[in-house]
Amino acid sequence: MNDNFTDNTKEEQDKKGMLKGKAFKFGDDISTDLIAPGRYFHLRSNLPELAKHVLEDADAEFAKKISRGDIVVAGKNFGLGSSREHAPAIMKIAGVGAVLASSFARIFFRNSINVGLPVLVCDTSSIQDGDRLLIDLKKGIVKDIDRDIEIKFAPLPDVMIKILSDGGLVEHITKNRGFNL
Amino acid sequence: MGKTISEKILSEHAGRELKAGDISVVSIDVVFAQDGTGPLAVSQLKKMGFDRVADPYNSVFFIDHAAPSPRKELSDSHKVLRNFAAESGAVLSDINRGVCHQVVAEDYACPGDIVIGADSHTCTAGALGAFATGMGSTDIAVGFALSKTWMMVPHTIKVNFEGSIQKGVYAKDLILYLIYKITADGATYKALEFSGQVSSELEMEDRLTISNMAVEAGAKAGIFATDEKTENYLKKQGRPSCFKEIFPDSDAEYEQVINIDCTLIEPMISRPHTVDNATGISGIEKVKIDQVLIGTCTNGRISDLRVAASILKNRKVAGSVRLLVVPASSNVYMDAIREGLIEIFIESGATVVNPGCGPCVGVHQGALAQGDVCLSTQNRNFKGRMGNPEGFIYLSSPATAAWSAVKGYISDPREVLV
Ligand code: SF4
Repeated sequence: MNDNFTDNTKEEQDKKGMLKGKAFKFGDDISTDLIAPGRYFHLRSNLPELAKHVLEDADAEFAKKISRGDIVVAGKNFGLGSSREHAPAIMKIAGVGAVLASSFARIFFRNSINVGLPVLVCDTSSIQDGDRLLIDLKKGIVKDIDRDIEIKFAPLPDVMIKILSDGGLVEHITKNRGFNL
Repeated sequence: MGKTISEKILSEHAGRELKAGDISVVSIDVVFAQDGTGPLAVSQLKKMGFDRVADPYNSVFFIDHAAPSPRKELSDSHKVLRNFAAESGAVLSDINRGVCHQVVAEDYACPGDIVIGADSHTCTAGALGAFATGMGSTDIAVGFALSKTWMMVPHTIKVNFEGSIQKGVYAKDLILYLIYKITADGATYKALEFSGQVSSELEMEDRLTISNMAVEAGAKAGIFATDEKTENYLKKQGRPSCFKEIFPDSDAEYEQVINIDCTLIEPMISRPHTVDNATGISGIEKVKIDQVLIGTCTNGRISDLRVAASILKNRKVAGSVRLLVVPASSNVYMDAIREGLIEIFIESGATVVNPGCGPCVGVHQGALAQGDVCLSTQNRNFKGRMGNPEGFIYLSSPATAAWSAVKGYISDPREVLV
């Protein structure tokens, strides 16, 4: 692989429906308190600042280590807890390209689609920390280059694809002056 | 084929027949946000070009999580909400009123309603026979703008609480036991429908405690059928006309039925750092505690304060313990004052904090120190929840919390209850 493996631009992603990045592996039950700690409540109206603390209580160095496009890979029930949309929003701002997990908490999943952060349900057990991943959103396949395996992920419901393809819920509503699902 | 409560309520709000798994746009009856999620909802509303809310009387901004504001950034956020409420026609529930979920139960939610809120514990109002669920700021912004949202009709798990409740055991113990049994993602995307003999005997305040924690099992909603107790509660809140009968069809289809024999449940404790890491209290080692919190949207109601006061009366909180008591709303606070409970708390050595979320989410009024152990009546004990990832949070009922505050370590309330 070339050196700028993780250096994918937004345009490049959109063109091909492809994402690539390094895996940052987390365990089960990563709560929104671990992603966007309540003690930074006062930064909620300053998302770029809050993003410097993203996932801090799960991995204190995460915000420093991540490169744009890297992939958060976790076990079950990712994003459980509070409804704070700030959690997926700051993951996106910090550069997370997508989240792969074996399951997601409901509100986090919905919020992620609304803010345009791809969240994909798949078997993450064989992916190791640091693996280089290639995700084909259209085909529904994650390729783990370092393990030479392909993992299928479940397709999103149609309404979510519509919202994502409009660029998020705000854009969907603005474009249609209401729901058009 | 018959319908579950969720299928009935969602069908009615879609204007067509829906069954579990269907996706539809539905009308909503109550929409709200709080001071942690509201400012982002306001900026999304502005981005979409909406400057009025669709239904002024049933659109509410609560200032409860950091109330009164502990720092200038939050004061600014509060100002954003106050100004926007004034401009948009929405109701403002300011720092004097209390926790959103308690106030929604007292003043807004009706049986058969769809309630959406930018707070995960919006499911609390399910106790009143409403379909109530939490969402994020952007979904809620759209709810404010259009009085509509899109929903997937959830599959339902029926939970039968049967048998009888033993001394020292409360609604909180039942729901902690259920979450222990089905785990923190045991009901993800599902609705829980609470049923059975014990459910029908539970008072409304107890049902609110149970519905409040449905989301801790991942559930989208936690709903009770309505009955006389629902009707009486609404009467007491001055809203008798909003009562209507809500119940599932007898041939409704459930994804799963869970039978729980409440006779077997003892006082429960959740250990750090997940709610489902629970045990009956006889299985717990000696845990010394530094702080106790009695309050929050889970257990800050008058019946909770009554139980706590009955234990604290003529007793002193252990010298090594800080006991915080936080009434969930101004109404609860007033009742507690009238009944003399506040006097009992203060005499016992407790610190009474103004109605609101208090230290529950770690913003103010009792953040934990490094290594602190807290026993709380709140609904979650995630790492970092009370403001410090080096703190340890245990969860229990108000009775267990009050007795433990006296003893200085986690203690079984059955030792003191007669
Ligand atoms: S009391 Fe706690 S759980 Fe309830 S709304 Fe407030 S912060 Fe959330």
